[in-house]
Amino acid sequence: MPAFNQLHTYLYLAVILFCLGLYGVLSRRNLIAVLISVELMLNAASLNFMAFNRFLAPHPAVGQIVALFIMAVAAAEAAIALSIIVALYRKLKSINIEQANELRG
Amino acid sequence: MSLLIASLSFYLVVAATVVGAVIAVAARNIFHNVLGLALSLIGVAGLFLYLNSPFVALMQILIYVGAITIAICFAIMLSQPLYLPAPPRNPLKIQGAAFGAGLVFIFLGLLTRQTLWTPAAERVNDWSITTIGHYLLNQYVVIFELISLLLLVAMLGAIVTARGGRGSA
Repeated sequence: MPAFNQLHTYLYLAVILFCLGLYGVLSRRNLIAVLISVELMLNAASLNFMAFNRFLAPHPAVGQIVALFIMAVAAAEAAIALSIIVALYRKLKSINIEQANELRG
Repeated sequence: MSLLIASLSFYLVVAATVVGAVIAVAARNIFHNVLGLALSLIGVAGLFLYLNSPFVALMQILIYVGAITIAICFAIMLSQPLYLPAPPRNPLKIQGAAFGAGLVFIFLGLLTRQTLWTPAAERVNDWSITTIGHYLLNQYVVIFELISLLLLVAMLGAIVTARGGRGSA
């Protein structure tokens, strides 16, 4: 069976994407880079949904609908995060997350 | 022959996804990060094509590559100038992040490997966009409406946050 017809190929790809995103979230300090990494993690989740939808699910429309919902939520999240980035830059003149520590006790 | 072409283009798509993701997290220049993200998202759209869902693949390109990536470009233009030197990286933090992500990678990989995935006993073979539309407007109509409300609230919140709020110059 070719690799593109096996569930495991897609699941391992999603794991790779998710862990790359997690590494980015943990290691980067630029807020935009953190946002990009979160988008990668969301994509891994939606790839998982689509793979299960293709190989396991009883009805093949449900996983596609969930993937569409993930996209909509990601768009909302990106809009909010980008406006926060703009506001933070205006206030701190920097988008380094280690400098955004005004609430530190 | 067609199987060979399909396999080759599948590996191409996989390579685009993984290489794009690596560029998106590892490159130092934030603009290269965005380009890597776009490459990775296009790769995922190709994977969706292989998963029998051309509609979701088109939506992926339209929403992610067309809207979110461009919005991130706008945020880059409105924030830190690119010519400023980036602060040096903290090697301890990089190692810690790699260690944590590696642990999660091993855990998820083993989980994927060990689980016995069984397909549903009865599977419908109906991939048409019409069915998706019927589902969206019958069974999932509440979630559909809630998503539109969420997008409206997010849009208003983004406008209010980015304007600076009350009292700012």
